[in-house]
Amino acid sequence: MDMLYNILIAPFLEIAKSPSFFAEVVIGGLMSGVMYSLVALGFVLIFKASGVFNFAQGVMVLFAALNFSGLLDAGLSIWLAFPLTVLIMVLLAWCIERLVLSKLVNQQDIILFMATIGIGYFLQGFGEFLWTGNVRKLDVGIPQDAWFFGDIMIQQSDVFAAVVAGILVIVLALFFQYTRIGRALRAVADDHQAAMTVGIPLRSIWLIVWSVAGFVALVAGIMWGSRVGVQFSLSVIALKALPVLILGGFTSVPGAIIGGLIIGVGEKVAEIYWGPLFGGAIEEWFAYILAMLFLFFRPQGLFGERIIERV
Amino acid sequence: MFYREAGDFKTTYKADQAIFPIALDRWFVVTVVLVFLVVVPLLASNYMLESILTPVLILSIAAIGLNILTGYAGQLSLGTGGFMATGAYMAYKISTAFPGLNIVFVLIAAGLCAALVGIAFGVPSLRIKGFYLAVTTLAAQFFLLWLFTRVPWFVNNSISGVPTAPPRKVFGFLVSSADSDPIDRYLFVFIITVVLALVAKNLARSRIGRMWMAIRDMDIAAEIIGIRPLTSKLTAFAISSFYCGIAGALWSFAYINTVEPTAFDINRSFEILFMVIIGGLGSILGSFLGAAFIFLFPILLNVMPGWFGLEISVTLVTQVELMVFGGMMIFFLIVEPHGLARLWSIGKEKLRLWPFPH
Amino acid sequence: MKKFVTSALAATLVAGSVLATPVMAAGTQNIPLLVYRTGPYAANGIAIFAGMIDYFKLVNNRDGGINGVKIKYTECETGYKTDRGVECYDRTKDEYGSIYSPVSTGITYAIIDKATHDKIPVFSMGYGRTSAADGRVFPYIFNFPSTYWSQATAIIRYIAKDLGGMDKLKGKNFAFIYLDHPYGKEPIPFLDIMAKKFGFTYDKYPVPTTSMTEQKSIWLQIRRTKPDYAIMWGWGAMNPTAIKEAASIHFPMDHFIGNWWSGSEVDVKAAGMLAKGYKSAAMHGTGKNYPVYTDLKKYVYDTKQADNLASAGDVLYNRGLVNSAYVVEAIRTAMKKFGNKPMTGEQIRWGMENLDVTAARIKELGMTGLTPPVKVSCANHEGNNPGIFVQQWDGTKWHMIGDFIPAMSDIVRPIVEQEAAKYAKEKGITPRSCS
Repeated sequence: MDMLYNILIAPFLEIAKSPSFFAEVVIGGLMSGVMYSLVALGFVLIFKASGVFNFAQGVMVLFAALNFSGLLDAGLSIWLAFPLTVLIMVLLAWCIERLVLSKLVNQQDIILFMATIGIGYFLQGFGEFLWTGNVRKLDVGIPQDAWFFGDIMIQQSDVFAAVVAGILVIVLALFFQYTRIGRALRAVADDHQAAMTVGIPLRSIWLIVWSVAGFVALVAGIMWGSRVGVQFSLSVIALKALPVLILGGFTSVPGAIIGGLIIGVGEKVAEIYWGPLFGGAIEEWFAYILAMLFLFFRPQGLFGERIIERV
Repeated sequence: MFYREAGDFKTTYKADQAIFPIALDRWFVVTVVLVFLVVVPLLASNYMLESILTPVLILSIAAIGLNILTGYAGQLSLGTGGFMATGAYMAYKISTAFPGLNIVFVLIAAGLCAALVGIAFGVPSLRIKGFYLAVTTLAAQFFLLWLFTRVPWFVNNSISGVPTAPPRKVFGFLVSSADSDPIDRYLFVFIITVVLALVAKNLARSRIGRMWMAIRDMDIAAEIIGIRPLTSKLTAFAISSFYCGIAGALWSFAYINTVEPTAFDINRSFEILFMVIIGGLGSILGSFLGAAFIFLFPILLNVMPGWFGLEISVTLVTQVELMVFGGMMIFFLIVEPHGLARLWSIGKEKLRLWPFPH
Repeated sequence: MKKFVTSALAATLVAGSVLATPVMAAGTQNIPLLVYRTGPYAANGIAIFAGMIDYFKLVNNRDGGINGVKIKYTECETGYKTDRGVECYDRTKDEYGSIYSPVSTGITYAIIDKATHDKIPVFSMGYGRTSAADGRVFPYIFNFPSTYWSQATAIIRYIAKDLGGMDKLKGKNFAFIYLDHPYGKEPIPFLDIMAKKFGFTYDKYPVPTTSMTEQKSIWLQIRRTKPDYAIMWGWGAMNPTAIKEAASIHFPMDHFIGNWWSGSEVDVKAAGMLAKGYKSAAMHGTGKNYPVYTDLKKYVYDTKQADNLASAGDVLYNRGLVNSAYVVEAIRTAMKKFGNKPMTGEQIRWGMENLDVTAARIKELGMTGLTPPVKVSCANHEGNNPGIFVQQWDGTKWHMIGDFIPAMSDIVRPIVEQEAAKYAKEKGITPRSCS
């Protein structure tokens, strides 16, 4: 009985008792969610255009951040280091397309998936080889203080990240909607073969998608890196983005954003109000269980395409 | 010439349905088993036995387990580490609760626990598949490890949470804990591996194996011809987890000697999946080849500069190791996406004619 | 393709047999180092192992080895992974198996039994299995100068001092933030015991190893509960994240104290000035202001042999130095009994057990202030002087504050013996007699 009370009633009383704290938790969750979305976005872009579940996205975040902070440490200004890192990511995309993807056309999905893990290993070794395994401080002038609205505290860096993510999504949306390349990308996402028939060059489209994903990785890397320093652990953030994908659907950009927000808020609220009952750290799996339960009712995710199967 | 299928006549149906219908195959397998059973323990050093062969065999069991699920039944899983952890922790719990129980039964019981857990986490497979399912199985990975580190009951309230595997004997030979002879430990693991591999090979040829493969190839078509996806998917999860559970228990008992959560983290799940893919989906032999390759290749890369007398810093070697490992992975997938097992059968094809191609 | 595979496999088999052949190089003291300079804990490893290696080089270059016996070390990269650690142990034990310091709780646990069986000592300096302090059950495991449990009691003693006396602990509330891993959970039983004894309460905040960089919910809770002190048991990326989050919720940093694996440069650098005031326990001094650095500069740095010069003077680098200094002193002690020749694991074990690093000896080593005296005995492998220093970050570097804080050995020792006895019973070991 006590247990039930603790699970079903006590947390809500807690929320009612201090709504301003609850508001703070929700806002904190939304902000974390934005950060997850940033990583998830990279997954979605690639999956949408090439059907590859790119597990190296996490390592790409690390790799981009490593290069960026490394170039900064080498004495370059931000305005020089940023485009240079973008260039590196484009180069990486080109290598991946040339050396890996183009050789694996028409293979099973799982093979491509494995190949991306291989890319992940390679990039991890290569990143450490270039920049050593040390923690790098990354300071690009993102404000680190907090605002207080009455009792509610809001981190300025979170707001900054949210704004950047927002701009990124809008830019991507415009890019997809209104440019020639964007239309080609959507065509490829819909149907590879049809797209090829009307003369869309598949390979250059892939190159563009991977470059854009590299760009998104760089932005995510800067955001995360300036919070905790650039180090190996950045690559594990990918694991946080996976439930977001399930929730939002593998192929939907708005899904990645909204999924991220739901997961962010959900896990923070669960951890703070229910976590102590189970000894804490339920955040680690909560998102996955949430996503799993969700799938029972809507297997294609929030915004995913309905998969129609024919025998 | 060297690999001959001709002239191998069967007079009974029974002989025709034998597990290795070709005499040459049969003799080959028997020889290999005998070599590893008798010759290897006599010749190999302790380092070979305890740090190379034993872990490779244990990982092979896990790889066979995952191969049943992914290779035969077509369900992608990233929860292998969680199922292995279940086996390890339950084996510890059972073994300390009933100190008199023979370790073989402890392993089986631990495997059964893992199987139950596997069924529970296999339920989503009825609704989803592919990468969605893969990500969902990560729930098992994270939840199970969380559970084992959180609940002190599993480790007998040990303060550190890292209990040591208790010493257990089979026929008077100590097979777990550090005091046991590497040879005994190796033989114990080897025999279990051979038995499990034979069972898996037979399962794959049986009705249940054919059910799995039908589901894998096209689930809707399979359903229409009367195969129930519920039972076949869940049995695949159960049996796969059973294998993984035994592998996890052996890993803790016969290899690292402690039951600790980091041995079964997410990287382990990926590692096993790699073994299955590199080895060959849907091949028992491939599971062995894959396990050996994935486990040994990094170590090989790591020690190789030493043979040539190169004085390279260990760190550089490890970084290069990661790069080469990643590169090799991609290379293999490009060159032979069907895995090492496929290379093996190509080799057999070649030997049929070679050295007289006409 | 096939040829390649078969030859690779064959090469591996050959490799194993070649590797395992013992080639005891005559006249050198071989020491294995299980290092990690890649992977999630690379940043910590780079500094520690640089310190260990530089000290060996110093001894070789300055003194021509230990009593004339040159030190030869080998490195094996573990990446902080337990199974690679075990493989490294097996790979190095025949040729280099003299004494192991893996600087990883997981690897330490995994090799405790193996090393005991192989008669090779393991020196887990301030980490690993706490109950191994009972030398009667764990003859080959040494964890001086202080265990986690001693450290936890010393930290509470320090907090009490900071708050104005032991009686001030009553009714206080603390936050305990720890890595959700055997290492992080180790002090919990002692916090429980002390909470009961001194009348304080504490909340536990585990940080999962897979999301060390995402601790928002923890710090939101801490902001709500407003604990009087926050104690951290972290490692790797968890530390800088926690420190940064603490700073951003305006938690009073001088009421935030980490254990000695949560107080190095890599942990606070990312936060920089924001971390100003953050404290941590330390088992040795910080900075470069010790005579031994003059020698290091002359014999190692100036001859361009430094392993990683950038980390010289860092907290973890100093820890590596001290670790090697203890090892070298133990070998020296063993040589007094067994003669000036390379020592085996068994002999070094004797040296470790009879190690007595006095203040005078520390002065000779040029380490006065860097490390306190320690004396090990057969029954007590934690040393006779467990306790901590406290250091504080001023925004650019660490400073020692206050005096040495002794641990509450009177409550630690009985539990150590109780846990060791439990282990002995489970493993069927008869504890040796130490009288």
